[in-house]
Amino acid sequence: MSKSIIEFKDVSKIYSNGTLGLKDVNLTVDPGEFVVIVGLSGAGKSTLLRSINQLQTISEGDVLIDGQSIVKARGKSLRELRRSIGMIFQNFNLVKQSSVQRNVLSGRVGYYSTFKSVFGLFSKEDKQNAVDALKRVSLAEKIYTRADQLSGGQQQRVAIARTLIQNPKIILADEPIASLDPLTTKLVLDDLKSINEELGITVMVNLHSKELAKKYATRIIGLRAGELIYDKKINEVSEVDLDQIYNGETASPKEAVNE
Amino acid sequence: MNEIPKRTIVQRFHLVFVFWLVVFLICLIGSSIITGVNLDLLVSNISQFFELLKQMVNPDWGYSRYIIQPLLETIQMAVIGTSLGTLIALPFSFIAARTVIKNKYVTSVIRFFLNLMRTLPDLLLAALFVAIVGIGPVAGVATLTVFSFAMISKLFYETIETIDFGPIDALTTSGANKMQVIVFAIVPQVINQFISYFLYTFEINVRASTILGYLGAGGIGVFLQRSLSSFRYDQTAVIIIAIFVVVLIIDTLSNVLREKLR
Repeated sequence: MSKSIIEFKDVSKIYSNGTLGLKDVNLTVDPGEFVVIVGLSGAGKSTLLRSINQLQTISEGDVLIDGQSIVKARGKSLRELRRSIGMIFQNFNLVKQSSVQRNVLSGRVGYYSTFKSVFGLFSKEDKQNAVDALKRVSLAEKIYTRADQLSGGQQQRVAIARTLIQNPKIILADEPIASLDPLTTKLVLDDLKSINEELGITVMVNLHSKELAKKYATRIIGLRAGELIYDKKINEVSEVDLDQIYNGETASPKEAVNE
Repeated sequence: MNEIPKRTIVQRFHLVFVFWLVVFLICLIGSSIITGVNLDLLVSNISQFFELLKQMVNPDWGYSRYIIQPLLETIQMAVIGTSLGTLIALPFSFIAARTVIKNKYVTSVIRFFLNLMRTLPDLLLAALFVAIVGIGPVAGVATLTVFSFAMISKLFYETIETIDFGPIDALTTSGANKMQVIVFAIVPQVINQFISYFLYTFEINVRASTILGYLGAGGIGVFLQRSLSSFRYDQTAVIIIAIFVVVLIIDTLSNVLREKLR
């Protein structure tokens, strides 16, 4: 078995208001997987993703990225770990007032000194990388457009280009299609799929749709009330299983988790 | 059950509103009696006003060449004061914004300090600085610097707090440090608003600096005070017209620019 790229060790999260986010989650993800996380709203899907890059701190346990604890990392080492993890958001989170080019390049600032990045001194190579990333999501002609003039689907694909230029090993996508129509949904997920297959980047996505989960995932994991209740490779997943995650009649968690 | 309910007497006669109106009127009349505001005095002396006006309708146009220099000085004071104040306000506004600094104690202390600065009226500042650095435009510039600093820092940090937080998350998760987050995620969102507030403060400062000279803080105010105290209302008229024209031009320019920044 190859070395895991993401590893959760007994991770629990209790929010300051007492809400349970995650409960004793143990999970290992191998390089190159396309993991889709399913579950009801409030089941802890976002918390799970956000604890991987420590956008959300955890209460107990540890999260390892490529064997290195991101929970214990601080300052520069935390920033360097984050640099290897791209993230895509439901609301795209582009700077709307900036050009597409600047938005894409902003994904690269983790590799620059404060001085160089503040004065926009990006290397020729990285400017070319930005162009290449935009070509991959078929938006090269929009490079000088202001981000707020793009449609939602285009903005999400610019966000994908922004994470690509980070040269990440992992891409996390938190409900990436929740505010998109079916057609742009397909474009965005197709982009993620091709990135996963061609560049070998590990992808973890939160989705609400069973159909899309089955279509794109290589592995599906299910959460309910913060607990990992389901974990199977795509060829073992059945329609009944997925229904149960949403309806709440799954066998006991231990049996369902695939070791 | 599905009927319109009867209103209470308080609702029907808007008694709450009437109550506060009466309280307000009592306060108004009470305070005017206590402070001795006397409208009679204003009415009976209205002839004085017309006398003054009569002298002012014949402006001493020859005087205008003497006031160009101090007028320019006034504008220069406003430019320098506003710019210096803004430069000092910039770091403070970022530290005071809860979007940037998560520590509530730090932001609270900074905000308390900024609030304190804002309670100082510009005329008091001018009097202070004239006493410290002596009569002249330096006192005016110092006054406007402190005044702009207090005003701009508040306007700026409030702007920083209204931004979309999403891009901050995006930059943070890509491994950017705090300074890079500020430059790439926050500045583009606030820059237009900042320039707009800068121009607005500049407008206010041009108006304020015409008066500061009254206290010896340089600029056109010195000449205004001189002409008034020597009863040369024909010269006062020229100064007032000149101030009016300059303020009008600057306000218009600034408004046009700010409209473009939307």
